Amino acid sequence: MSNYPTLEYDVLVIGAGGAGLRSAIEASAAGVRVGLICKSLLGKAHTVMAEGGMAAALANVDDRDNWKVHFADTMRGGQYINNWRMAELHAKEAPDRVRELEAWGAVFDRTADGRILQRNFGGHRYPRLAHVGDRTGLELIRTLQDHGIHQGIETHMEHTVVTLLKDGDRVAGAFGYDRERGRFKVFKAKAIILATGGIGRAYRITSNSWEYTGDGQSLAYHAGAELIDMEFVQFHPTGMIWPPSVMGILVTEGVRGEGGVLLNNEGKRFMFSGIPDAYKAQTADNPEEGWRYTQGDKNARRPPELLTRDHVARCIVDEVKAGRGSPHGGIFLDIAWIKEKLPNAAEHIKKKLPSMYHQFMQLANLDITKEPMEVGPTTHYIMGGVRVDAETQMSNVPGLFAAGEVAAGLHGSNRLGGNSLSDLLVFGKRAGEFAAKYSKESSSSQINDVQVEEAARQALEPFERSVKATGTAEGPYQIQHDLQEMMQNLVGIVRREREMTRALAELDQLWRRAKNVIVHGHREYNPGWHTALDLKNLLTVSEAITCAAIQRKESRGGHFREDFPNKDSSEGKMNIVVRKDADGSMNVRRENIPEMPPDLKQIIEEMK
Amino acid sequence: MKTAVFKIWRGDANGGEFSEYSTEVTEGMVVLDAVHAIQAQQANDLACRWNCKAGKCGSCSAEINGVPKLMCMTRLDAIPLDEPVTLEPMRAFPCIRDLATDVSWNFRVKKSIKKFNPRPPDAPDGTWRIAQEDIDRVQEFRKCIECFLCQDVCHVLRDHHLQEKFIGPRFLVFVAALEMHPLDTEDRLPELKTAGGIGYCNITKCCTKVCPEHITITDNAIIPLKERIVDEFYDPLGKLLKFFRPKI
Repeated sequence: MSNYPTLEYDVLVIGAGGAGLRSAIEASAAGVRVGLICKSLLGKAHTVMAEGGMAAALANVDDRDNWKVHFADTMRGGQYINNWRMAELHAKEAPDRVRELEAWGAVFDRTADGRILQRNFGGHRYPRLAHVGDRTGLELIRTLQDHGIHQGIETHMEHTVVTLLKDGDRVAGAFGYDRERGRFKVFKAKAIILATGGIGRAYRITSNSWEYTGDGQSLAYHAGAELIDMEFVQFHPTGMIWPPSVMGILVTEGVRGEGGVLLNNEGKRFMFSGIPDAYKAQTADNPEEGWRYTQGDKNARRPPELLTRDHVARCIVDEVKAGRGSPHGGIFLDIAWIKEKLPNAAEHIKKKLPSMYHQFMQLANLDITKEPMEVGPTTHYIMGGVRVDAETQMSNVPGLFAAGEVAAGLHGSNRLGGNSLSDLLVFGKRAGEFAAKYSKESSSSQINDVQVEEAARQALEPFERSVKATGTAEGPYQIQHDLQEMMQNLVGIVRREREMTRALAELDQLWRRAKNVIVHGHREYNPGWHTALDLKNLLTVSEAITCAAIQRKESRGGHFREDFPNKDSSEGKMNIVVRKDADGSMNVRRENIPEMPPDLKQIIEEMK
Repeated sequence: MKTAVFKIWRGDANGGEFSEYSTEVTEGMVVLDAVHAIQAQQANDLACRWNCKAGKCGSCSAEINGVPKLMCMTRLDAIPLDEPVTLEPMRAFPCIRDLATDVSWNFRVKKSIKKFNPRPPDAPDGTWRIAQEDIDRVQEFRKCIECFLCQDVCHVLRDHHLQEKFIGPRFLVFVAALEMHPLDTEDRLPELKTAGGIGYCNITKCCTKVCPEHITITDNAIIPLKERIVDEFYDPLGKLLKFFRPKI
């Protein structure tokens, strides 16, 4: 046995945002011992940043809505490379997951007849997002947290996992450290659920916090799991861009859902030009109709500002490139204009978008009820991630599950706003349920001490390197910064083959620098050390994104290639799969998407 | 370019001292940006918590020139920079290292409060009907981001260290949100009076002043709870009436 404290669970959940908490609650309810690891304090995960709402076809506001419409919207938004079975399960189960939250104490905004209110959002045909003002994510995580703490789940706050441990092919546990003391711990488990979220810190401009360094994707990859769709990174069209210190902070799509419009520096609503064919029939062709839609007129079609995020982000980039951008290189998002339509517009905006009002007032000295905001695209979400079985959320590594952003499939090439919170709940629950089942059917796993000692040795290396031996004295922050700059410039919103090839070469250099990184001080609460350990994950996911993006020779959803600007129907029939080869190199291959069953095909036809 | 000097408390539970760092100031910069710049360039191991950088997660609480605030929402152009800006960890909690404090007590307190317990659903499909006006107040309380600045500033906790006898403003708001939830059926008043120590609060409103979410903690949460306690335990007429009232 290794000398490190060892904790034993049936199911270990890594990550305590919405997906992690939901899966821990479910596994615990199944009667197994559950451990929950959070990188930060409980309740601080990126889920709190979700603003707009969670999509579920409750049909409280528009009774024409049902799971089939939601399914078709999700597939259309993801441009049909989604895992159709996940999209089906998600659309069918989301309403129950939302109602369950209410039973656990969530307090959603209400309709006039006292039911859960739903709002419009990009790509959703009907008002579908259950919400609480513009702080829905906080409501979700707090509800799960306050329910979860009474479920007998053992929570380890401010712990980080650096590697997964294997027992033959199956997963056996995880090895990590606590931030406070810097002590190593072994977590032995029959099943592990990854719920670590995204990879936003691989880019310079991002809405993600320091935690989102691709930990889960990287842990899974190095443990032999397959990743798919890694080329699809979502750049949210509206992040703050001014002042510089707030660049990347999210401005909710809810602003547009409530009637906000996008304007260029000529004051023109540029989104009316270039509406994609797949959306022409359901998009308003004049401002008046768009306004009526946001105010709940069932006969009106949605304004073009509420087209999918990939499209809106690209339109903004084009507008800026054409010289019609705002002073600081973005465009204008105007909600103040609704005072022409509503007598008490300022109060209305503050009620519907309180945190946006607050955020701009405090950080940008700007009153959104009076002036337009300056916004531009920000790295927000990755559609790709760990490849999982649709029903159980298990990866190809026995005992290793994934749920939420770290898992792939549901969103295809582009996620619809609001489909993330519902994803967390639907697949968090499934992962918890099936991981518990798996653990009950499995014998105890064996921890391999050699793996543990090797992981510990690697983790301590940054302290032990000397300037003399490495010939450099480089700390982790510069490497992280250079990686972010490089990914932003070479594998960003608009991609080109030669730039991405250059990115691979630069990644090679960055890997080399990361292997020589030096950390000062001691192990207790040392963010320099933590940043150094996260580099491996950031580099792994950056490489996977770049390799997959080079491989997909077309433009689709979040992946736009200037050298292949159109969709290609044969490329659209496959997923790109990334896996670690036996020799440690990254293997990238194409795999056909399984044929959709006739009943689902028919739904898509009917909803066209 | 303009520079600012920060005196940051460096140390742990055993003590420490202020260290001075100077850093460049750019337009719109917040205190957390300065801390990050110092961390990246001068003190890689400077410990601080942060996540969202948008005032939504409540991680980066600290005392800026002695005032409990979120570092991510405090702009440098709103504080005088002609003299050093002091940054200290929250003083009501034990220091772990530098600006990071041990706030685990808060998590233990929350666990001791009876969880939400709804009445049976109103409709056959398992849903409830609630009017928006009946939840406006509860939604105000649920805006809380658990930054614990209200706990930090509360003199009962900060100066008198009565953590074992008083749950503090954060959890009075938490209890108020549950007690005023239209679906909840639990009664938490007896515990609030005893283990919760609500009587220790003498409504100085310091908590309300520092709340970054502008929750009117004292007026909307604590005072109504105090009134309920009075009605329940100290109103002789009410007690008499209750004695004769048929049990529901």
